[in-house]
Amino acid sequence: MSKAVKQTAPPVAPPEPELPAEPQHPVTPYLRMDRIPHIWCPTCGIGTVVRCFVDALVQSKVDLDKTAICSGIGCTGRVAGYLKLDAFHSTHGRPIPFATGLKMARPELLVTVFSGDGDLVGIGGNHFIHAARRNMDILVVLVNNFIYGMTGGQNAPTTPLTAKSSTMPFGNYERPFNLPHLAESCGATYVARWTSLHVRRLTKSFREGIKRKGFRFIEVVAPCSTLYARLNKLGDGFNLMQFYHDTAVVMNGADTREAAIDFQQRIICGKFVDEERPTFIDMMHEHYEKVLGDRYVPTPPEGGMIQGLEDEPSRATEQPKKASKRKPSKGAAVKGGDDGAK
Amino acid sequence: MRANAAGVLTGEHYLDGDYACGEGAMAAGCRFVAGYPITPSTEVVERIAKRFPLMGGTFIQMEDELASMAAIIGASWTGTKSMTVTSGPGFSLMMENIGLAAMMETPCVVVNVQRGGPSTGLPTMVGQADMMQARWGSHGDYEIIALSPQSPQEAFDMTIDAFNLSELYRVPVMFMMDECVGHMTEKVVIPKPEDIEMVPRKLTDKPPAEFLPYVPDENLVPEFARAGDGYRFHTTGLTHDERGYPVMSVDCQRVSITRLVDKIRLNADKIVRFDEEQTDGADVVLVTYGITARVARRAIDLARRKGVKVGVIRLIVAWPFPEKRIRELAGKIKAFVVPEINYGQMVLEVERCAEGKASAILVPHMGGGVHNPMDIVNAIMEAAK
Repeated sequence: MSKAVKQTAPPVAPPEPELPAEPQHPVTPYLRMDRIPHIWCPTCGIGTVVRCFVDALVQSKVDLDKTAICSGIGCTGRVAGYLKLDAFHSTHGRPIPFATGLKMARPELLVTVFSGDGDLVGIGGNHFIHAARRNMDILVVLVNNFIYGMTGGQNAPTTPLTAKSSTMPFGNYERPFNLPHLAESCGATYVARWTSLHVRRLTKSFREGIKRKGFRFIEVVAPCSTLYARLNKLGDGFNLMQFYHDTAVVMNGADTREAAIDFQQRIICGKFVDEERPTFIDMMHEHYEKVLGDRYVPTPPEGGMIQGLEDEPSRATEQPKKASKRKPSKGAAVKGGDDGAK
Repeated sequence: MRANAAGVLTGEHYLDGDYACGEGAMAAGCRFVAGYPITPSTEVVERIAKRFPLMGGTFIQMEDELASMAAIIGASWTGTKSMTVTSGPGFSLMMENIGLAAMMETPCVVVNVQRGGPSTGLPTMVGQADMMQARWGSHGDYEIIALSPQSPQEAFDMTIDAFNLSELYRVPVMFMMDECVGHMTEKVVIPKPEDIEMVPRKLTDKPPAEFLPYVPDENLVPEFARAGDGYRFHTTGLTHDERGYPVMSVDCQRVSITRLVDKIRLNADKIVRFDEEQTDGADVVLVTYGITARVARRAIDLARRKGVKVGVIRLIVAWPFPEKRIRELAGKIKAFVVPEINYGQMVLEVERCAEGKASAILVPHMGGGVHNPMDIVNAIMEAAK
């Protein structure tokens, strides 16, 4: 059996992130270049969104070693696979609860969910609303292309009324979600929508989303020229960008109830919600501190990994107390968690 | 390696199986639990929810069992020992992400306090009818480990074993309790931390540039890197190579699935565990597990008093199954008798391993209660003829 294992092609070590002498694309050091070319179609909007996100990460100077990304299944679900971060390509609709576990167990991490409309509000809708309700401390980026792209253009919970999809060949008669309104009404503390044409504003929004705490939701309307545009005869990549240019309106602070998207009608963009409210983790700490006082031992920022103790039995009772709480120790990647023993 | 004292409630206790299981998890170093309420398992997480804030653990009640299972996988990738707890209907919902845990090779423990099924079935009453689901429930080829305790003491001890096995082999371990053991209250002795053996996660000591997440060791188990330690690794539920990158090919599928399955099959001798009693010269061997093993004690005594030579194999580890031992015994005895609270599950495995050399007789119980020992006695008498 060990022979069978050896039959894999010799693995290639991931390239070093240092800049080589030759000129290269500025986001190259942050991508898994050994996985490029990516699977996305020409004129797909997802690549642009990834570019903006990487720019925002770099501009925000976050510690990329402490940044994790979770995706579900679908075209946007492949984003985690191309970013050189701790990256998790989970199951269909489940990146939000996956991210919840990741964040709760190692609170110092910046945890981002990057996935599509079908994944996050179709099959994963229940997780979306509950994470927003809890104000779970994750940044959720939803690329909305109005359709199930990976599987061939089926109707999505975001497909505008009358738009055609492969499973609504005579046009959609099912009312779609108004996502900013959904997110806000469930309790998201940061809600924004842009199109993939709004690269500067989108990047700024990502920067804000990275800085804020709580459930941050950024919807990015992006073209699917292979399926959605073709089925609906909307033209090619240029026409789709032209459409965003002509019909997208920036209305920061708009009432999200007005932000529904109708077929080929204006797309209201902007930052709709930007509030500060205690996150799930804040509320948990605050509550336990109040009711349990000194008896409360929070999960340390660097993780709740217990590796056991080889010696020094007295240390067993020296559980991390408040000192480490809610103050992520910058760059302190302590193997062995609170016990340090391996 | 010894257990961390913070989670160990050393002493003599009077606990039910659910509480004992929760105590076992905390003693094993579990510090993340996600769950959704379901009878008859809820007491496990209730116990944990009460004690976790005192020891640096996090419990979160998720919106459903899909989310609970996904959350413990996420948490496990930070190196935190993680567990979820459920019963039949929730177990069904967890199957999707149990497959993910198997594919990503994520250590975690899934407790199933079995009740009568299918569907909503008998929420408050006992069953043992998820034994095949534990092994085959998610789609595709994979192997897991499943344990079956027969008492609250074992619920404590074997929950620790479950964590240790999940760390050793990087598989989800199914802890297959049943409602009777879960709600049975007995003396439980919790040892001192220094007397509890704990298997730590095998973290890589390679630098990030040299680390590949799915290079197997001699046991076919890869080394682990935690999220947030600078390894910037990628993992996926897609068929992947040693880099953790998706590779859609016949070759990669063959290599990766072969290893996923073989890491349990080829190590089965080290994992398999059962109690064996008076099988030498036996005519009939009872194969039993969980609460049914307790009920069968009466039947065994009665049958022996009637002069039948009855041996017993009690499964402690249900999966992998003790194939070798059943095969050896099959050539020497007349029949296996398999009482279980279902309409024939583990008996199929006994029958397969007996290879026609001894018959395998099922004593079924459809659930909601335990066997009448006389039904088992009658089956033994019949088998001994």
